[in-house]
Amino acid sequence: MNNKEKEPMFSAKNLKLLTEPFGKNNPITVQVLGICSALAVTVKLKPAIVMALSVTIVTAVSNLVIAALRKYIPDRIRIIVQLVVIATMVILVDQFLKAYVFDVSKQLSVFVGLIITNCILMGRLEAFAMANKPWPSFIDGIGNGAGYGMILVIVSFFRELLGSGTIYGYPVFEKLGIYHSGYVNNGMVILPPMALIFVGLIIWFQRSRNKGLIEK
Amino acid sequence: MIQFSNRYIFIFSAAMVIAVATLLSLAATLLQPAQQRNLEIEKKKNMLESINVPSTRENTEELFDKYIKESFVINPKGDVVADIDAFTVVLKNEQKKPIEQEYLPVFRATPDDGEKVIIIPVEGKGLWGPIYGYVALKSDLNTIYGVNFDHKGETPGLGAEINTTAFESQFPGKKLFENENFVSVQVIKGGTPKDNIHGVDAISGGTVTSKGLQKMLFDCIQKYNGYLLKNRI
Repeated sequence: MNNKEKEPMFSAKNLKLLTEPFGKNNPITVQVLGICSALAVTVKLKPAIVMALSVTIVTAVSNLVIAALRKYIPDRIRIIVQLVVIATMVILVDQFLKAYVFDVSKQLSVFVGLIITNCILMGRLEAFAMANKPWPSFIDGIGNGAGYGMILVIVSFFRELLGSGTIYGYPVFEKLGIYHSGYVNNGMVILPPMALIFVGLIIWFQRSRNKGLIEK
Repeated sequence: MIQFSNRYIFIFSAAMVIAVATLLSLAATLLQPAQQRNLEIEKKKNMLESINVPSTRENTEELFDKYIKESFVINPKGDVVADIDAFTVVLKNEQKKPIEQEYLPVFRATPDDGEKVIIIPVEGKGLWGPIYGYVALKSDLNTIYGVNFDHKGETPGLGAEINTTAFESQFPGKKLFENENFVSVQVIKGGTPKDNIHGVDAISGGTVTSKGLQKMLFDCIQKYNGYLLKNRI
């Protein structure tokens, strides 16, 4: 027990917690969690980035809190406790944003509710934080939030570019003069089903590169 | 796994609930003044945007005092109601009252081009929640000078497009009345010719929000008819 506590903060094991969600343990493409919000917030790059940051913060901090309390949480009401922690965190973050960074809070608006229902949060609390120490749990939360955010940013980049012809609000296609050659924005890309197709393409790409992920 | 007694579970949950409740109410109470102020600035900023005055958070109040000098409240008959501050009237509460008791705020503004503009606040329902905004009318009380719309939580990229310049810039120049009849502005799916003085393009993929916006404009501005018809040129 004592040996373990002297483990360096960024040991190989902890670093793996941070990097694995980007690759072979990605919450969206491999665990297929958090799909609902991935469809809703990826129309434009900006809300996707805001959402990615908020989910990362909330996952990391609630992981930390649950891991710190894990020995005192009665098994029978653990899900309720996890939900209370997540909901409290989200409301606190929302209140602070409203008071001090009003513009960001306007961006976040509906996504606050979506964070609470994000399956990644509950998934990480239940699967990881309940059985691990606070620090690794914190890292795990950051890793998973960022892994989720990465997919969000990739999907929203293509959806915004193809659907609205802009990148982060900057009208790229208009500046390049592509519309003169008869190109028209693809309105269908803006609609939610296309997010699913983009996520599907990413999953396809990832599995073709990493055969280990293909189910038998 | 350690087995916890029922008594422990009860105490644990009670303590958790009390702790969380204290934390949240504390945060809500302490942060409320700052949040209120933000909302107030936001309201002034939106109003300024409806008369095409861009403002930053820092200079909003200064510009508001410069351009929007006068405000008053009228009743649906078009008569001025004394002793009520138009800025503090909450539209959502007014809409719940019976129509004849509603207070209707009006703001007078003079933008740089010298036009005498009145600003009317509007509020309605989008797809997911409230949508609201300000409609500025030219001195003929018929032509739209400018608009500003905002929303609580419409879908980004779809319904949320109502607060983009691309959508809002369609409104200036549109007319509310056809002779004496109030027709408001229609939000038309599939596009509208430029010379349609009562219509603007709807947002593709944002049909419910567009429809809600059309209804909001009709319902809210209609209540001002008495005043608009009496004072129009």
